[in-house]
Amino acid sequence: MLQLQVTNSPFNESQAELLNRLLPTLTHSQQVWLSGYLSALSLLGDNGQAGPAVLPLAAEAAAGVSTSTNAMPQPEVSREVTVLFGSQTGNCQRLAASLSRKLEEQGFKVTVAAMNSFKPNGLKKIENLLLLVSTHGEGEPPDNARAFHEFLYSKRAPQLPQLRYSVLALGDTSYEFFCQTGKDFDQKLEELGAQRLTPRADCDLDYDEPVAEWFEHVIRSLSGSGSQQAAGIADEAVLAAESAESLESAYSRNHPFHAEVLENLNLNGRGSDRETRHLELSLAGSNITFEPGDSLGVYPENHPQLVQDIIAAMGWEAGESVPLNKKGEEGTLHEALLRHYEITVLTKPLLEQAAKLNSAPALQELLSPDRQQELKNYIHGRDLLDLIQDFAPWEVPARSFVTILRKLPARLYSIASSYNANPDEVHFTVRAVRYESHGRERYGVCSVHCAERAEPGATLPVYIQNNPNFKLPSNPDTPVIMIGPGTGVAPFRSFLEEREEQGAQGKSWLFYGDRHFVTDFLYQTDWQRMLKDGVLSRLDVAFSRDTDEKVYVQHRILEKSRELYTWLQEGAHVYVCGDEKHMAHDVHAALITVIQQEGGLSPEGAAAYLENLQQEQRYQRDVY
Amino acid sequence: MANNEPAVKPIGGPPSDVEHIKLESNYLRGALVETLSNPITGGLPEDDNRLLKFHGSYMQDDRDLRSERERSKLEPAYQFMLRVVAPGGVATPAQWLVMDDLAQKYGNGTLRITTRQAFQMHGVLKWNLKKTIKGINDTLMTTLAACGDVNRNVMSGPNPYQSEVHAEVNEWARKISDHLAPRTAAYHEIWLDGEKVVDSKVVEPIYGPVYLPRKFKIGLAVPPSNDVDVFSQDLGFIAILEDGKLAGFNVSVGGGMGMTHGDTSTYPQLGRIIGFCRPEQMIDLAEKTVTIQRDYGNRSVRKNARFKYTIDRHGLEWFTGELHERLGWTLEPAREYHFDHNGDRYGWVKGFDGKWNLTLYIQSGRIQDVPGYPLMTGLREIAKIHGGDFRLTPNQNLIIAGVSHTKKRKVAELAKQYGLTDGAHHSALRRSAMSCVALPTCGLAMAEAERYLPLLLDKMEVIIDEAGLRNEEIIIRMTGCPNGCARPALGEISFIGKGPGRYNLYLGAGFTGDRLNKLYKENIDEKEILDTLGPIIHRYAKERSTGEHFGDFVIRSGYVKAVTSGLNFHD
Repeated sequence: MLQLQVTNSPFNESQAELLNRLLPTLTHSQQVWLSGYLSALSLLGDNGQAGPAVLPLAAEAAAGVSTSTNAMPQPEVSREVTVLFGSQTGNCQRLAASLSRKLEEQGFKVTVAAMNSFKPNGLKKIENLLLLVSTHGEGEPPDNARAFHEFLYSKRAPQLPQLRYSVLALGDTSYEFFCQTGKDFDQKLEELGAQRLTPRADCDLDYDEPVAEWFEHVIRSLSGSGSQQAAGIADEAVLAAESAESLESAYSRNHPFHAEVLENLNLNGRGSDRETRHLELSLAGSNITFEPGDSLGVYPENHPQLVQDIIAAMGWEAGESVPLNKKGEEGTLHEALLRHYEITVLTKPLLEQAAKLNSAPALQELLSPDRQQELKNYIHGRDLLDLIQDFAPWEVPARSFVTILRKLPARLYSIASSYNANPDEVHFTVRAVRYESHGRERYGVCSVHCAERAEPGATLPVYIQNNPNFKLPSNPDTPVIMIGPGTGVAPFRSFLEEREEQGAQGKSWLFYGDRHFVTDFLYQTDWQRMLKDGVLSRLDVAFSRDTDEKVYVQHRILEKSRELYTWLQEGAHVYVCGDEKHMAHDVHAALITVIQQEGGLSPEGAAAYLENLQQEQRYQRDVY
Repeated sequence: MANNEPAVKPIGGPPSDVEHIKLESNYLRGALVETLSNPITGGLPEDDNRLLKFHGSYMQDDRDLRSERERSKLEPAYQFMLRVVAPGGVATPAQWLVMDDLAQKYGNGTLRITTRQAFQMHGVLKWNLKKTIKGINDTLMTTLAACGDVNRNVMSGPNPYQSEVHAEVNEWARKISDHLAPRTAAYHEIWLDGEKVVDSKVVEPIYGPVYLPRKFKIGLAVPPSNDVDVFSQDLGFIAILEDGKLAGFNVSVGGGMGMTHGDTSTYPQLGRIIGFCRPEQMIDLAEKTVTIQRDYGNRSVRKNARFKYTIDRHGLEWFTGELHERLGWTLEPAREYHFDHNGDRYGWVKGFDGKWNLTLYIQSGRIQDVPGYPLMTGLREIAKIHGGDFRLTPNQNLIIAGVSHTKKRKVAELAKQYGLTDGAHHSALRRSAMSCVALPTCGLAMAEAERYLPLLLDKMEVIIDEAGLRNEEIIIRMTGCPNGCARPALGEISFIGKGPGRYNLYLGAGFTGDRLNKLYKENIDEKEILDTLGPIIHRYAKERSTGEHFGDFVIRSGYVKAVTSGLNFHD
């Protein structure tokens, strides 16, 4: 056995000496147990708090490695796998945990971690690396993948000839930079000399199938070509990822609960140019629970008028039978377009498929490689009805046409209530999206469904999407700073309700903003009560359209920089929720300014301070 | 009277909440600076709202939206009413333009002429109060003491054409107003430059630290017009002209309109004349009267705190004695005077000074643009070229006063262009109508007034026309509560709100404001109002004697008994 020294290990002299004394005395099973124990420990971090983000389930599985490996044939050295995830809303994290579990069952020794908890210089020591990552906004990595992404693209990135890898990318084809972050990682690792285990999988919103496929490929190629077990295992793994969503409940993303609408209010006062709905749903009988910071997935229905117009434009019959999904279930065309297929968004793949059904030269031309910009312009702000009308006539039976459509995805909303404060209920906040585009009124599918067709008594198919990256500090005495303009304020209602229920003593500070004080102050009387009762310690507001100069939350943050920095120094956690494109960036910049100014740091020092907060899970964002 | 043991003692009882608030406010400051800048609520805490009144503003909310907003988890639509002092209702064109601009910029785009000849602006948000008040002060007007337990806007007959002494009487109104204005630096500090000003040693030489027990109202009438309803004032002055000159004033004390439904210890009362004073004695008299009320008014029960109750409790004789003692001189006996009306005279009239005056009919005093009637725009255009002034009348109408012969054509053209009306096409009943604001902004209103009276008049005019009384002036008034803003106890026909769509009907006040009316029917709806009044109006048309006013007729015909004093108003 290798003698550990300061020069060949990360240990100091006394540690090396202790280990050198201990290690030779261990039996084989003790060694295995210890390695599982240590990897679980590293996942949990100190007291499970400040360490890498990971589902407790995965940690337990890792800790239990000894039993599973004992039953297996002797593991080979190459059976060590590192699974890294970059996840904003928790999908990749959940899938990573599930994949790890499956790999462990196959006898692999798995290390699973968020990308920002993984020390990138450890890459050189790794042989098998699996990356699961989503893409945000204009092709940007999720918060906890940012640092790792930067590292790989920096000069410090090492050559990785020893590494075998594969990437699972989650995304949405309606965005221009579809799965961009996954593509970035895939390409970069190749450039660094790493070997692709199996091709990258780019997954659209309806990711179950491609994910299961990728799992299968990955497990098979890791196990060597001989393994026949991989196939069934992968499907199970994806389903297991589902069930991890809510351990207690039978309901999940693929099996949503039909929750009764108890209350549906407009939070904007008369005269507002906005409409923001507050919905309260009953979870009675579902056994669904959730934590503050989690999201609610809602399956909407398309606008009945649009469905009707599409059917009429195509000359189809609403009652004709069509497939509802790839599993072969059948239903009426009306039902299919109302509840099962996406009809409000055009994507490049959809147009390519459509071009196979319609020989209209204009459509063919639009798809020619030299007209990418025109294609992009065309897709923007148009829906299926436009496509149908613009390239008529079509002579396609509905049965074939619907197969080119994407599955109607669920929408995620930050939960606005605490389960402990309102058992068997879930509240959420939706801003109705209505606008005119290309001469026609357009409606946000889910928001307008919620605003117009979800009266009390109706039901909505829902599920809980855990968000482990947006959680209250486990210590109720820890101060929290919450920044949530517009509907971004929703999770903080849940946070504060929860802290009230806990009798938490920690201070709390909310920054809120919208357009007009009189009509757009979402949950105003709730905050006023919480302030009065001391549940909320401070509230700063910015209403952008009430004054000549537009004022936003970041201005309030800068105004209060000294106090805010004091809170940070006292250990406050910072939460940002809402618009990613503008607000979250501006708030991020404002926070850096505050830290720079009050902490007397350089811009880089301030950025590192904030980076460190993020690493310590003290700066969490739920932005979209 | 023994110096150390007055025969009459101030009424006892623990001071009301408001007295505490005033005492602790440090001369009307309270926590206003802080609460005005609290960004989480558009409202103010109750204590500061009480103090805000002294600064000329009330917190209100749009009651139409109250329950809807509560459901939306929004606080009430808090907004502020601002009242601007205008002694005798005089405003220059420059002041008019500023008020118009502020109403557009910060208010709800309307102005209101109050029944006390003041301006009122509605719908000002808390964040805009300071800017608005600053704007008002910059044009040499003030909101200080437009509300609150102090002397309110001093009324004075505004009709400059009516008498050569008008200008002189109006000047006295202004002097009284200035003399009785609060002296605290709080107003300046909070609204204007924000600097702390050290109060002089005796901050309020007249009022003291707790001001008056309730509001105090003064009005000056120039006979034969009693447009200011001089007997409704706490302190009224009736100008006495001798040989075309102002000899002095008859002094009336102890009038007041407000009461509380179901509480007979509260009642409207008319002032009683106690003698005559010379013009130069008025200010001294007003000050001493105010100090008597300050010392003897009821500070325990606010609804019994008005001056009328102080006088009725202790007697007119006591008051006169106390007044003489404080004055150190004695009133002369009252002199002859004669009132013949209290309404306005509409249209163009040439005044004694040769200038022209145009009295416009303004429904409920509301200056606004409505489709087909751009009143506010028309007045703005006139203000831009007008060389005289504007007069707000106690009947909530507007006089474009002091128009030179050369400008008259231009003013008349503009009036025509914008359809500004002297109301000639309306019935005399409508032109004699008055209402308070009530819903949706007034917090006290139990029923509609400003929004409903015009609709009720539409229906009453059918009856009036049938009876052939289109040109008969009948004073008709409506308020949303019994506090008396539109002086409802002096309507020949009056409605006081009891609940949504329900009113008490009062009949029989004197046409010249010299007799209170009496309750005729309680808690009736529109149908019953029309069913009740229809036959009485028809009978009046048939059976009235020559020149007999409606208020007199209903008494002669036995519908109601004449009220001779507020003390028998409830009998």
